[in-house]
Amino acid sequence: MKFANILSRNSNNPADEITKRKNPLSDTAFLLITTVIIFVLMYVLGMILFAGKGFANPQNFFNLLNENAALIVLSCGLTIVMIAGGIDISVGGATALIGMSCVIHMDDQGGQFGTAIFVALGIGLTFGIVQGYLVAYLGVQPFIVTLAGMFFARGLTAIIETETRTVSNEGFNKIAQTRIRLPGVGSVNNNGVFVQAYLEIGVIVALVVVIALFATLRWTKFGRNLYAVGGNLQSALMLGINVKRTKFLSYVLCGLLTGIGGMIFLLHIRSGATTHASGMEMDAIASSIIGGTLLTGGVGSVFGTFIGALTKGTIGNIVRAIGLTGAWWTGISRAAMLCFFIVLQSVIIMRKRKKS
Amino acid sequence: MQDTTVLSMRGICKAFPGVRALQDVDFTLRKGEIHALMGENGAGKSTLIKVLTGVYAKDAGEIFMDEIDKPISIKSPQEALNIGISTVYQEITLCPNLTVAENMFIGRSKDFFISWSARNKRTKEILENLGIPASPRQQLSNCSIAVQQMVAIARAVDMECKILILDEPTSSLDENEVQKLFRLMRDLKARGVGILFVTHFLDQVYEVCDRITVLRNGELVGAYEIKDLPKVDLVSKIMGKELDVLANIEKTHVQESLDREDKPPVVQVENLSSVSGIQPFDFSTTQGEVTGFSGLLGSGRSECVRAIFGADRITGGKIKVKGKSVKIRKPKDAMKLGMGYLPEDRKNDGIVADLSVRENIILALQIMKGFFRPFSRSQAEAFADEYIKLLNIKTASSNVPIGSLSGGNQQKVILARWLLTHPDYLILDEPTRGIDVGTKSEIQKLVLKLASEGMSITFISSEIEEMLRTCSRLIVMRDRKVVGELKDDEMTQGRIMQTIAGGAAKNE
Repeated sequence: MKFANILSRNSNNPADEITKRKNPLSDTAFLLITTVIIFVLMYVLGMILFAGKGFANPQNFFNLLNENAALIVLSCGLTIVMIAGGIDISVGGATALIGMSCVIHMDDQGGQFGTAIFVALGIGLTFGIVQGYLVAYLGVQPFIVTLAGMFFARGLTAIIETETRTVSNEGFNKIAQTRIRLPGVGSVNNNGVFVQAYLEIGVIVALVVVIALFATLRWTKFGRNLYAVGGNLQSALMLGINVKRTKFLSYVLCGLLTGIGGMIFLLHIRSGATTHASGMEMDAIASSIIGGTLLTGGVGSVFGTFIGALTKGTIGNIVRAIGLTGAWWTGISRAAMLCFFIVLQSVIIMRKRKKS
Repeated sequence: MQDTTVLSMRGICKAFPGVRALQDVDFTLRKGEIHALMGENGAGKSTLIKVLTGVYAKDAGEIFMDEIDKPISIKSPQEALNIGISTVYQEITLCPNLTVAENMFIGRSKDFFISWSARNKRTKEILENLGIPASPRQQLSNCSIAVQQMVAIARAVDMECKILILDEPTSSLDENEVQKLFRLMRDLKARGVGILFVTHFLDQVYEVCDRITVLRNGELVGAYEIKDLPKVDLVSKIMGKELDVLANIEKTHVQESLDREDKPPVVQVENLSSVSGIQPFDFSTTQGEVTGFSGLLGSGRSECVRAIFGADRITGGKIKVKGKSVKIRKPKDAMKLGMGYLPEDRKNDGIVADLSVRENIILALQIMKGFFRPFSRSQAEAFADEYIKLLNIKTASSNVPIGSLSGGNQQKVILARWLLTHPDYLILDEPTRGIDVGTKSEIQKLVLKLASEGMSITFISSEIEEMLRTCSRLIVMRDRKVVGELKDDEMTQGRIMQTIAGGAAKNE
């Protein structure tokens, strides 16, 4: 007995029952649009007010990308985990560990840039697999597991090397200093010479990651399962989704992205130190939230996170342009921004609850 | 039987520690019928469904499905789905953050990549075909609860289910939405799906169902064609007869009911309504009177007393206590006005399982006194020991955790908790559920004794004879509405059932 056949020959349904009204936006889409609008407004405002301080220079925007490429990738990893309803606060520590390990690998053990990539990805994946297993299959609280991961990564970094180490490997430095010139984009400097704007190689990687993850979240079974698990765990189970595996894979993917992000970080900063990337996990969480990811899970997008990371960077630029050089001013304005987004999200959730 | 049987369950037994949830229950479902499964709390409805859907393993019995000769065994809900048994629960088990189309297909496909256009197109076909007013691209949380439920049903239908279990799907829907759901159910019935419909609403059963199976205390009462069973008979089958052991409790309040009119009301409510959705009702009780709220499960009897006690937020109406208008915003307000409420759900709302018997007993009084002025240990012990003796609570000492006591003794502890506050008006919601016959009769006797000492009591029970023995006046409810009030001579089993079933029942 095939229902498909039965369904198709029935045609006595009143068509007027199907409501033709326009569908309200989904939560993810609404939060994404809010983020994009705020970012654009903020940047345009910066360009108008601080045109003299380089805001109007295209390179200013590209530096935003250059400086935040690693953060973008790490934040994407957090977005994946947060969509599935988890959290990972070990990514900052892991980034420092990856940086230091790669420096030691290249400079002391005779490794090359190619093998260092494997070291970075290997460390990231190990963190993802171990933490994912503990959270998904043993049911330990993700906050606790990744807090332990954070302490472990920081500790291990210090055991490897307590001094700050600058990379001397030539092959690595050549790649790190590669500047991808953009034809036709740039500005005229004080001497009247046209200077082309440039991107670092890490930015290209970050953009590829964002696009790949966007496609994964939207068009693959795994991607949609992440949303289902984060949206309602019990329902996801009843709908036949392998909840544990989905959770586990979310951490593994986050670990892999930490590996990539750690390498981009090293390419940008070209040194290893125990204090590197401190607080970066919190910046990544903030970027995800500003980008429209709900801490409660089920809502978010990597494109939003990308914009979120840039927004976070722009706040810093504006604060500096105003002349408030103290780091605390950046912190305070970021706090205000974060509060704004969290309140906005709460309002959206309350509005939804009221409806249903 | 001229129709094909799509499911037959024979001799199903299931026991939990201390409870026989199902005893030798038979159940058959035909192709293309809507079959109501009815019974009070603890009758075994949900256990039967859970056995069928593989949530529980049965202890004994056999399950057959059509076209399969040998008994089948269902080990998990997933397995049940695969052989064509789908369940739609009262709480929606879909993901609110995904679109309608996604909810239809997620977890079913093996493909790595997703084709949104194909999904949306197929979903649109199904929704239009079943007349479900939703768009495939809509986020599910933007749909009404009724539509969400219909999407869950559509998903089940698209998975080619032969048996569709609807577990109280109508309890959170309004009349209009219920009609839409019924239209969909009839449509599916015409397509040959066997539908098992669990509900507490009598009218809905008579509107949409073909047959009824009634369970009571884990046993099968019978399966009936709907046209052969008038409403009154159905009510009596659901409520059943009570054990004779309890019959010899004497009625002591007949005398008082005569001079009831002279006394001022202790508690009086007018047009009271609450967030639970009950129709506004009037109620009053005088000193020393035992009143009862009677009706089937889900009729709103608990919701009424919860509103009076402030356990559900009040949305309209007036409450007067001893003639004075009062505002009750939370249970503590009611407690200060001299009320007590023994809740229906002892496990979740009554006991604090890990605290000792003593702490459980003094809890309500302590709350009224304030937590920053605790009773001394010796005082608390004196209170506890007094009531343990008074109510004959069987416990090793007042120090053992209440969770280790039997159900009946736990209930007595909760009763002691309220008696300690010396209330003027005490509400007992199902105080005798799930406890042994001996304790039941003790509690009933106690209720009459307290009333004779001047306490006003409201007594609620699923067992009609218990109500007849203890109450001097009965408020009768159906479908969240007060439909009658019976007193003195009017209080007979037949009369109550007729009132519950409604006037129309006489003609059927």
